[in-house]
Amino acid sequence: MKKNILICGVGGQGVLTIAKIIVMAAQSQGIKFKQNEVHGMSQRGGSVYVHLRLSDSEIFSPIIPKGKADIVLALEPMEALRYAPFLSREGLFVSSSAQLKNIEYDYGKTIEKIRELGGKLLDSKKLAEKAGNALTENVVLLGAISKKLGFKENTLRKALIKAFGSKEKSILSTNLKAFELGKNALL
Amino acid sequence: MKKEIVLGDEALALGAIDAGISCAFAYPGTPSTEITDFLIAKKNEFGIQAEWCANEKTAFEAALGASFAGKRALVSMKHVGLNVAADAFMNSAISGIKGGLVLAVADDPSMHSSQNEQDSRYYAEFAKIFCLEPRNAQECYEFTCKAFDLSEELGIPVMVRLVTRIAHTREEIERRERRAQNKLDEEMKWNEWVLLPGNARIQFKKLLEKQSLLEKKSTQFIEMKKGTGKGVICAGNAINYFMEVDSGKTPFLKISAYPLPMEKIKEFVKELNEIIILEDGYPFIEERLKGMLEASGKKVKGKLSGLIPLSGELTPESTKKALGLAVKIPFSVETEFIVGRPPQPCNGCPHVDLFNALNEAVQEQKNAMVFGDIGCYTLGALKPLNAINSCIDMGSSVNLARGASIAGTKTAIGVIGDSTFVHSGMPALAEAAKRKSNMTLIILDNSTVAMTGGQETIAKGKELMHICEGLGVEKEHIKVINPLPSKHAENVEVIKKEISFNGLSVIISKRACIQILKRLAKKK
Repeated sequence: MKKNILICGVGGQGVLTIAKIIVMAAQSQGIKFKQNEVHGMSQRGGSVYVHLRLSDSEIFSPIIPKGKADIVLALEPMEALRYAPFLSREGLFVSSSAQLKNIEYDYGKTIEKIRELGGKLLDSKKLAEKAGNALTENVVLLGAISKKLGFKENTLRKALIKAFGSKEKSILSTNLKAFELGKNALL
Repeated sequence: MKKEIVLGDEALALGAIDAGISCAFAYPGTPSTEITDFLIAKKNEFGIQAEWCANEKTAFEAALGASFAGKRALVSMKHVGLNVAADAFMNSAISGIKGGLVLAVADDPSMHSSQNEQDSRYYAEFAKIFCLEPRNAQECYEFTCKAFDLSEELGIPVMVRLVTRIAHTREEIERRERRAQNKLDEEMKWNEWVLLPGNARIQFKKLLEKQSLLEKKSTQFIEMKKGTGKGVICAGNAINYFMEVDSGKTPFLKISAYPLPMEKIKEFVKELNEIIILEDGYPFIEERLKGMLEASGKKVKGKLSGLIPLSGELTPESTKKALGLAVKIPFSVETEFIVGRPPQPCNGCPHVDLFNALNEAVQEQKNAMVFGDIGCYTLGALKPLNAINSCIDMGSSVNLARGASIAGTKTAIGVIGDSTFVHSGMPALAEAAKRKSNMTLIILDNSTVAMTGGQETIAKGKELMHICEGLGVEKEHIKVINPLPSKHAENVEVIKKEISFNGLSVIISKRACIQILKRLAKKK
């Protein structure tokens, strides 16, 4: 098993949380991983990404080579375009359709370009609200790519329970709902 | 064997713990901060001392002092921090150490969050010490353990050099048993530590005599596959990229320690006619080998030859190109579509309100020279604030303003954070007070080291006032303001008044970092 997953967004959107849950799932199946993170300046509302690499065998490069990501998951459309060059030809390209307006750009043009590149846009923000909390948008998107991650059924769900289990019950149930909504959104 | 998921930085910290350190000292700086964040969080669990220091020099000296008392000590910093610590660092190689002393330096090729991308391997060579370069978290752990062994065996400090990609990559590592700490040993070594010329000359000779032994040690950190034709010499993180993209047929020499293992290099290149050198940072290895290899008729290719860009970090793509492999990017996006998303001050950041007041106060003075410094407030140099005009080195704003004032400018202003001021702004303020310089220093007191994630600062609030007074600033020209939108008008007045004063003023703009307040509120 080999999967390169690039997750990107804006500081504060929960990019690292997605990576953390995938890593927990990978670990439970004994899969090796490497996770390169952005620290420092980018946390102040700047562009944030995680290079997450899963494999059965030794992983060398801490970052995904361009053109080699099996999945590019974006929590924001401009970030989707920024990291699109990492996507492999057969890769899955998913982005939230919700713009985070701390910079200005041509939204229509951006969305059009994502579609042109074969990207799938998901109104994950709306689904997160439907789940009960707009902050679970990251988990909606995790749900959306879950089938392509190659884990056994329920592995991710168990990881979610592990990740949110120690918090209030409502937090866990909202996140599980968000995950299910995301999972069924990209059929 | 215990397994843990950790960042490269944290793996290094665990290596130091299991090597039996007693103390850790550091000044925060990306990408090295997480080493000491981790150690401070775990200090009670492991029974060690770990603390943030005023600057990298004091951190290094404290580590050396602990070593002189027989204990093992770790000192950590980012690459530019080593410039600050350089005096202590260079001379510690001459004096030698007692308890193991390891310097962890994190370089930042590509300047992800730094002013330059200097390569610390030059410092290791300059000081004539041993340097290890791990390529993953497991090596961060193991090499740090070994670094302490080597430090005590060789009697010198040992450097562990990281780059951002290694420092900030999370992986699973395996740990070994923890070694006991050293006992306190108060024996003074006058002959070694008193670096008067008589002693220093002898000590320097001893260091020179150790060099061949150091080179022998670095041969223990190589992996070689000999061959003919074209071969690759790679080091540290570059090994990762080479292993990632190579077909498995290219002869290679992997290097993980310095000084360079020259005998092994000569052995490796014997049957080769072309050598590609892969390294993350400056062309350190290439510079050292180019002359020798070219003199024996071999082609040497790397950063110097133009095969790989001289600036920026090494990448899988540049490595591929260097090896003559095609880089295929199926989904490229034209630059016209991409809009940058630079970091921005947080909502409710006190710096923003101060900069708004400062901008208004200097509005009428077209020739005001406002110098900045290093911290979150450096973002005040960007649009829409455009409030400061320099970011050179830690503490520089004070003397840049003073120097400009001496040169004749009427309105010279320095803007500095509380931690940066204590780091290295204080001596400059003492000079300004002594010389009655015509300048204004604004100290942004948010009571934390915010940029690197909210580490403890040495002085804040009243302590800063007392420092300024003690350094000789006149009490009536030390003003404290609260940077709130509601106090904008009065703050503008205070700033206007103090910058028009023909002498030295200090304005302390005091309001806590919004992120720290949020964190405290969450804890409650």
